[in-house]
Amino acid sequence: MSSRRPIYLDYAATTPVDERVAEAMFRFMTFGGAFGNPASRSHSFGWEAEKAVEEAREQVAALVGADPREIVWTSGATEADNLAIKGAAHFYQKKGRHIVTVKTEHKAVLDTCRQLEREGFEVTYLDPEPSGLLDLNKLEAALRNDTVLVSVMQVNNEIGVIQDIEAIGNLTRSRGILFHVDAAQSTGKVHLDLSKLPVDLMSFSAHKTYGPKGVGALYVSRKPRVRLEAQMHGGGHERGMRSGTLAPHQIIGMGEAFRIAREEMGAENERLRMLRDRLWEGLSTMDEVYLNGDLERRVAGNLNASFNFVEGESLIMALKDIAVSSGSACTSASLEPSYVLRALGRDDELAHSSIRFSVGRYTTVEEIDHTIALVTSAVEKLRELSPLWEMHQEGVDLKSVEWVAH
Amino acid sequence: MAYSDKVIDHYENPRNVGSLDKADPHVGTGMVGAPACGDVMKLQIRVNDAGVIEDARFKTYGCGSAIASSSLLTEWVKGKTLEEAGAIKNTQIAEELALPPVKIHCSVLAEDAIKAAIEDFRKKTVQAPPADHEEPRRLSA
Repeated sequence: MSSRRPIYLDYAATTPVDERVAEAMFRFMTFGGAFGNPASRSHSFGWEAEKAVEEAREQVAALVGADPREIVWTSGATEADNLAIKGAAHFYQKKGRHIVTVKTEHKAVLDTCRQLEREGFEVTYLDPEPSGLLDLNKLEAALRNDTVLVSVMQVNNEIGVIQDIEAIGNLTRSRGILFHVDAAQSTGKVHLDLSKLPVDLMSFSAHKTYGPKGVGALYVSRKPRVRLEAQMHGGGHERGMRSGTLAPHQIIGMGEAFRIAREEMGAENERLRMLRDRLWEGLSTMDEVYLNGDLERRVAGNLNASFNFVEGESLIMALKDIAVSSGSACTSASLEPSYVLRALGRDDELAHSSIRFSVGRYTTVEEIDHTIALVTSAVEKLRELSPLWEMHQEGVDLKSVEWVAH
Repeated sequence: MAYSDKVIDHYENPRNVGSLDKADPHVGTGMVGAPACGDVMKLQIRVNDAGVIEDARFKTYGCGSAIASSSLLTEWVKGKTLEEAGAIKNTQIAEELALPPVKIHCSVLAEDAIKAAIEDFRKKTVQAPPADHEEPRRLSA
């Protein structure tokens, strides 16, 4: 049993590279392949690499309904978030120095905003509703005359809820404010058409969509035209927005991964939804199991549940045959549970008890059924060990207990 | 994170899981921690007339290291006098289980739990506590 690899249910953390993608990438590395520098203009090695990079750019643009000239290659979604937020804030700071974002954003957005605060910008961090979704009235109320940028992720990485970016974009556009969307978790899961969506900047990652790690892209709208101050200086690659020799094998991998996503996402999402629903159906037969985040406005592959009276890290330890992630950050010195779940107003107990399951391309029905059995027996075992479960069984209201925090 | 073999052993085969009758005058109960912090330990000891711990039981809500710390502690305190059990230091638990620095608080909690159980037992036996102290669910750290 232990020699077998665990069941992988952490596709929201990263996905394996699709075999077709790996094959395509390999053709751009070795001497026999197209290893040239796409910036080399004086020989065919460079032209060949450049052509492939531009085809990949078209594939990425095609998945999201953008013009290829609106795609800037980066090292990943974190760099794309940094370039979008710092780049726009720096470029437009004469217009204003106020930014609005949400507390459930990825750290790549939140930490970038913190850095801008240190530089003198003001940032408003909005609370989402208990469903995880943003109340547009609250967003509207937070906008000021000196607001230059709003940054809201489309699909939350922990709870998988989908924000209404069209409505948010209509609001920001009517106020002349730039709108950045972190879409690292969106590609291949949500239909995107940037030719219609009122979005100015959008971050992408390859490795959440069966492409390689280490590559991503930023969409920078041309109509209306958005300007950015470069964060990486050098040879002026990517129209001066992001210097650095392009990595054709990574880029070709992202292009191929996004091509596959475009062709297969319809059928794939249907299958993932079936698997996810089967998992939830199996787990929710237990008492005191709660779903985190809205079930309807949610990507197909994500399930985030709290198993009350069981601590998340110990549950993960019991689930060593399943690769999942916990909202409990007990491994960090802070003992802080998931900031995302706390922002939804979840009790600390439930935040500590949460597990994120994310299913993907290689998940099978058998794995789901096995997971249901393993989780059920682990939760039962840990509840037998839990003084909180015992008190709950005795009818004690845990909220009435005076705990001594340490 | 990687756990030591001893933590895994205690986690997979926890010793002395369960509850003793907290109304029994020979039983001392210590409950420490808070759900919001991610760990709660309940440790109970049964003390004989000679002042020796005859039995110990625990229940823990917390990570694997917290479960292992309390499981180990129940093994250690059995057969010890209250004085000996009260002298157990968190550092001994941390060392035995090879806890990493971020998990030291688990051993601290275990030390707090045995101290609280001993205190609870002493309160019961030495003198009848004043009425306003009779809060069976009040927890002490």
